[in-house]
Amino acid sequence: MPEQLIWGMEVFLNGLMAGVLYALVALGFVLIFKASGIFNYAQGVMALFAALTLVGIMEGQVPFSHLINAVLGTDIHHFGWHAPALLAILLTMVVMVALAWVVNKLIFRHLVNQEPIILFMATIGLAYFLEGFGDIMWGADIKKLDVGLPQGINSVIDELTYNIFDYGFFIDNLDLVATFVAALLVIALVIFAQYTKQGRAMRAVADDHQAALSVGISLNFIWVMVWSLAGFVALVAGIMWGTKSGVQFSLSLIALKALPVLMLGGFTSIPGAIVGGLVIGVGEKLFEFIIGAPYLGGATEIWFAYVLALLFLVFRPQGLFGEKIIERV
Amino acid sequence: MFYREAGDFKSSYVEDGQTFPIRFDRYRYYAVLLVGFAVVPFLINDYWVNAVFLPFLIYSIAAIGLNILVGYCGQVSLGTGGFMAVGAYACYKLMTAFEGINVFFHVILSGGITAAVCVLFGLPSLRIKGFYLAVATLAAQFFLVWLFNRVPWFYNYSASGQISAPERTLFGIPVTGAETAPWAAYLFCLVFCVASAIIARNLTRGMAGRKWMAIRDMDIAAEIIGVNPLKAKLSAFAISGFFVGISGALFFSVYLGAVEVGEAFGINKSFLVLFMVIIGGLGSIFGSFAGAAFLVLLPVLLKNVLVGTLGWPTDLAAHLEFIIVGAMIVVFLIAEPHGLAQLWRVAKEKLRLWPFPH
Repeated sequence: MPEQLIWGMEVFLNGLMAGVLYALVALGFVLIFKASGIFNYAQGVMALFAALTLVGIMEGQVPFSHLINAVLGTDIHHFGWHAPALLAILLTMVVMVALAWVVNKLIFRHLVNQEPIILFMATIGLAYFLEGFGDIMWGADIKKLDVGLPQGINSVIDELTYNIFDYGFFIDNLDLVATFVAALLVIALVIFAQYTKQGRAMRAVADDHQAALSVGISLNFIWVMVWSLAGFVALVAGIMWGTKSGVQFSLSLIALKALPVLMLGGFTSIPGAIVGGLVIGVGEKLFEFIIGAPYLGGATEIWFAYVLALLFLVFRPQGLFGEKIIERV
Repeated sequence: MFYREAGDFKSSYVEDGQTFPIRFDRYRYYAVLLVGFAVVPFLINDYWVNAVFLPFLIYSIAAIGLNILVGYCGQVSLGTGGFMAVGAYACYKLMTAFEGINVFFHVILSGGITAAVCVLFGLPSLRIKGFYLAVATLAAQFFLVWLFNRVPWFYNYSASGQISAPERTLFGIPVTGAETAPWAAYLFCLVFCVASAIIARNLTRGMAGRKWMAIRDMDIAAEIIGVNPLKAKLSAFAISGFFVGISGALFFSVYLGAVEVGEAFGINKSFLVLFMVIIGGLGSIFGSFAGAAFLVLLPVLLKNVLVGTLGWPTDLAAHLEFIIVGAMIVVFLIAEPHGLAQLWRVAKEKLRLWPFPH
């Protein structure tokens, strides 16, 4: 087999793995959009905030230490303990649920019945707020996140492919774990939505707010629950991306990666988010490998996903799996 | 008291259709113009021009442009940063390629080039609507910034990959480059800003504006009553692009002087201008100015208070700025989703009746 083809296959596999991570972020968007019609731009910053909080709790940092030091003139940084990863993840989840509650109570309850664009802007405002808040709370320096996930080249795949093709594929263990976790998360979400009482209520709200209200479903509760779920997805995404490239500001930019995924898959479809993520992940890696790097000077990954989604939408305006848009006068 | 229409009679169609039908409004408008052109240039220094006036004027032009697209035509765009970059790079290429032509025309031409690019990226709007379109315009943002970063022709093969404005004069007075006097830069931008506002105001209350608004309110219904959606949407993209391009050209040539595209015209710029439009008020020219003023002044004020007065470290102040800007946006949207322009309208209604509201 020619070398180019084998490398292409490796790129393809890595693209699939990257796509899973995109899908993970897109999933958070879809959840909130389906249940409340809010296009939550803050999803990426939520992932950053979750990762920052997780690191902060694990390292035993004092929250707001910079602010306290600047105002009071003290010099405190750490409590001096290290929390185990599992406990820290649970505590972070508590923080994310609290965040979901506060966000609903303070912001979106007051914006009921506003136009979607206003709600979208509110989430951008929330993103700005959270970004500054996370930095002030935990400091803006780049942090290392290690919750004990395996990293580095997967030797089994390396050996296996070496025996077949005479060339070992480089597949990161972390990507494999992420794929596994994402698959698990999707299955869990589908089971939750299909077979539990709350899940059914969530789907009812997504279908028709007023009808759901009239059969006695508490919109407030559902919204807080959905935002908490999105917070949980953000936490998982934050752990994966944070372990991969460190917890830093650029983590919040993964939201921008998830947007074309959403467009491709449709804003309202969970399977769409998965398929869209895979298509975009593979597409951008292969494009960079075949055309981008040799002919266009590289770094095409930053726009390829958008242009692909754009071209795609021209032919199917509601995305791959989105609900058919019916327009009436 | 003095804000009255009583006794302000109109005796011709021209008078009846003027932009400021109330006498007090009209006089205030003349007064603002007079102060802007004849008083401010004598008072300002380098700090005021660079920290407040230039960004305010330039962002106002961008906000007017975006407001035409988002506020009047209802097509949400997140590509403003990319389109500003087109204006800046077009201006740079024109300035270096045609030295003999006056820089004034370079700026206008770069507006025209941006309009063409904007129409190209506006084409999908005929099929894609709402949030899908908003995300689609991000394609323009990322693609254009990447293009200007990667293709050396755009930055004349300079080693740093930056573009920097050469010195150009208008009536013998330098308006770009290092030698520019603060008042010259200010006046240069003010002329463009006032002209943009007048053009935009008159476009939006004429036939073009009515068509845009019909498309915004419901595009299918608009199509049925005879508005051509192709022409209406693309003309909104073109005119919006023209203004945004001019603001990008000025932002690069007069305000910054040297530009690195990813830094100056990144996605944050798109959001900043969109914030201005929304905080100022969708579908209002005055709102564009108000929003630009608000978001230009707020960081300056915060920085002065936090760093200057309280003596906090700058990084802490920067983070706090994010928090405050974010919170203000949310508070604003909750308190008055129609922006500063609506507050102004309400205040005007109250003033008309004051002090006898019944």
